[in-house]
Amino acid sequence: MKKNNAEEQKTVVLESGIEVKPVYGPEDTKGLNFDEKIGHPGEYPFTRGIHPRMYRKRPWTMRQYSGFGTPKETNERFLWLLEQGQTALNVAFDLPTQLGLDSDDPFAEEEVGRVGMAIDMLEDLEEAFVDIPIDKISTALTINPVASVLLAMYLVVAEKQGIPWDQIRGTTQNDILKEYIGRGTWIFPVEPSIRMIGDMVEFCSQNVPKFNPFSVCGYHIRESGATPIQEMAYAFEIAITYIQEVLGRGLKIDDFAGRIAFNFDIHGNIWEQVAKFRAGRRLWAKIVKERFGAQNPRSMTLRMIAGGGGGGLTVQQPENNIVRGAYYALISALSGTQTMALCSYDEAYTIPSKKAALISLRTMQILADEMGLKDTVDPLGGSYYIEWLTEKMEKKIVECMQKVEDMGGMVKAVQEGHIQREVSHQAYLREKKIQSGEIPKIGVNKYVMAEEQTEIELHPFNTKVAEEQKKKLGRIKARRDYAGVKEALIGLKKAAQTEENVMPHMLKAVKSYATLGEITKVLKEVFGEFKEPVGL
Amino acid sequence: MIKNRSLGGKKIRVVIAKPGLDGHDVGAKVVALALKDAGMEVIYTGLHRTIEEIVKTALEEDVDVIGISIYSGAHLALSKKLMDRLKNMGLADKMVLIGGNIPQKDVEKLEEYGVNGIFPVGSKLDNIIDFIRKRIDVRDEKK
Repeated sequence: MKKNNAEEQKTVVLESGIEVKPVYGPEDTKGLNFDEKIGHPGEYPFTRGIHPRMYRKRPWTMRQYSGFGTPKETNERFLWLLEQGQTALNVAFDLPTQLGLDSDDPFAEEEVGRVGMAIDMLEDLEEAFVDIPIDKISTALTINPVASVLLAMYLVVAEKQGIPWDQIRGTTQNDILKEYIGRGTWIFPVEPSIRMIGDMVEFCSQNVPKFNPFSVCGYHIRESGATPIQEMAYAFEIAITYIQEVLGRGLKIDDFAGRIAFNFDIHGNIWEQVAKFRAGRRLWAKIVKERFGAQNPRSMTLRMIAGGGGGGLTVQQPENNIVRGAYYALISALSGTQTMALCSYDEAYTIPSKKAALISLRTMQILADEMGLKDTVDPLGGSYYIEWLTEKMEKKIVECMQKVEDMGGMVKAVQEGHIQREVSHQAYLREKKIQSGEIPKIGVNKYVMAEEQTEIELHPFNTKVAEEQKKKLGRIKARRDYAGVKEALIGLKKAAQTEENVMPHMLKAVKSYATLGEITKVLKEVFGEFKEPVGL
Repeated sequence: MIKNRSLGGKKIRVVIAKPGLDGHDVGAKVVALALKDAGMEVIYTGLHRTIEEIVKTALEEDVDVIGISIYSGAHLALSKKLMDRLKNMGLADKMVLIGGNIPQKDVEKLEEYGVNGIFPVGSKLDNIIDFIRKRIDVRDEKK
C-alpha cells in the first residue's frame, strides 16, 4: 500500500522539463483558438499534418538505411529491398567517402566499405545504381561535407541513364552544422561549408527542382544528448542559417523553402514526441511565413523523415529493440511523418543485417496495412493532454531558439563550441540518470538478466573490399584523360576561390573521372579545415 | 617520481582520444566529463586524430592514462597501432583504456596487445573511475 502511494505522489517530468499532471480536461485547452493553433490538416499552421488527407492518400515512404562494401554489393542489397516493397533508397557511405578520402588514402585504412559503401569516383556510383529506376524512386544520400560531389555524381548517373534532371527526386543530407554538433563528418570550416550548401540550393532550384538539397537533422543532435526541445530548436536555428545564406544570393523564400527537409529523432516518451512534431510543424510554419514572408503554403510545411532512434536501443537483450522499433514506427505514424526509416534491432552496434532490415520494413508495413494508422489524419489531435503539451513544447522551443540567437546565432555558437558543450553535458546527465536507474531502461537498469549472453554480431567486414576498390581506382586512373581531370580541377578551384557557383565545375570534375579525394583536396586548399573546439 | 596522484597528490591526468574517422563522440565526451567530475585532469583530443597525434599529446601532456573510443569497428587495428607506437616511444607504462563498440570476442586480442581496460558500450562510469584509481595508486606506490 505504502509503495503505491509513493508511486502516486511522484512527480512526472518529461525530458523537456515539463511536468505532467495525472489527468487533463477541457480547462487545460480552454485558451487554444482552434483556427489559430490547431486548424485543419494541409492548412496553415499545419499542426495536424502537412497534407489534407495524409496517409489516406499515400502512406509514408519507407526508406531503410543501407549500403556496405563495394558498390556492387550495395546494388544487390538495394534491388533486394525494393523487391521487398521498400519505396525509396537511403544510401549509407563508408567513412572515407563521407570524409572525402579515396580508398587508397592511408588514413582510410581499415575503414573502406565498413559502415557503408565506398565511392571513389563516378563509375562507383554508376555501379551502385545499375538496374535501379532512379526516375521512379527517390534516393536519400547520407553525405554531408562532400554532398556537392555526390550530388554531381548522381546527376551524371541520371544523365547517363537518359533521365532528365527535372524528374529526379531525392535528398542529400548535406547538413554540415549538425555534423559539428554530432555525427562528426566535417572537413571544411563553417563558413565555406555553408556557402557550398548555398551553391547546391541555388543550382537545384534552377536545374533539379524536385530534389531536396539539404535535410536539417535534429536527429543526430538528439542522439548526441540533446533534449527534444533542443533537438527542434537547434534544427530550426540551423535551417534559418541556411535560409539566410540562400536569401543572401537574391533567391526568394518561395523559390526554395518548399524543398527544405528535416530529419528527426523518435526515441523517448511517446506523447512528448508526438507533441514535439505537432509543435514543430506549427512553429516552423509561423517562422517561414512571418519571419521570411513566404506566400506559398508549401514553403511553410515541415516535411520530415522520422523513425530512427538508435540512442533508445540497447545492446542488452537486443530482441527488445524489435519491440522498441515497432513503437518508434507507431510514434512516427502518429506524428505525421512523410518518410520513415526505422532503426533496426541490431543498430545499437552494427549496420543492419538483412534480417534486421527486413523486420523493420515489415514492422512499417504491418502498421500501415493491419493497424489502421492510415485511416484518419492526426488521430491524437484534440486530446486535452496532447494539445496542452503541444502548446507547452512550442513555447519551450521558442525560448531555446532565443538562447541560440543570444549567443550570436548558430554559426558562432558552433564555431565557439557552445552547442557542442551543451549537448555533451546533457548526454552526461542522461547517462548518469540511466546508470543510477532514475531513467528506467529495460534490460539495462531494470529486469537485467545476469546470465544473459550479450555477444553481438558485427556486420562482417571484408578486407577484400579495400583491395578491390584500390585496384579499380588504379585501373580507372590509368585509363582516364588526366589533362581533362586537371583542367576540371583548376576550374573548380577558381570557382571555390571566387563567388562563382561550384556545381557546374563539380559536374565537369566528376565527369572527367576526378576522384572524390582529388576534388576534396582542391577544396581543402581553398577553404582550409575546421578546427574543432575541444573544451569540455 | 610520480606521487600517489589520487590521494592528495597531483591529479591523475587522462587523455581521451578519438582515433580514425569515426565521428561518434558522445561516449568519449561522457567518459571525459565523468573522469573530470571524479577529480581527474582530462584532455579531450577531438575527432579524426591519428595514432601519432594521440601519442604526441599523451607525451606532451604527461598523462597517466590514454583512453580511446571507437565505434566504427576498426578497434583492433587502431589499438594495435597505438600499443606499438607507445612501445616504440618508450611509453609502455601508460595505462591504455578502450571504449566503444567492442564485441566480447575481441577482448582477448585487445588484452594480448596490452590494452589495460576494455569498457564496451553500457559500461558503468563508476567502474571506469575505480579501475583507473586503483591501478594508478598501486603503480605509484611501487615507484
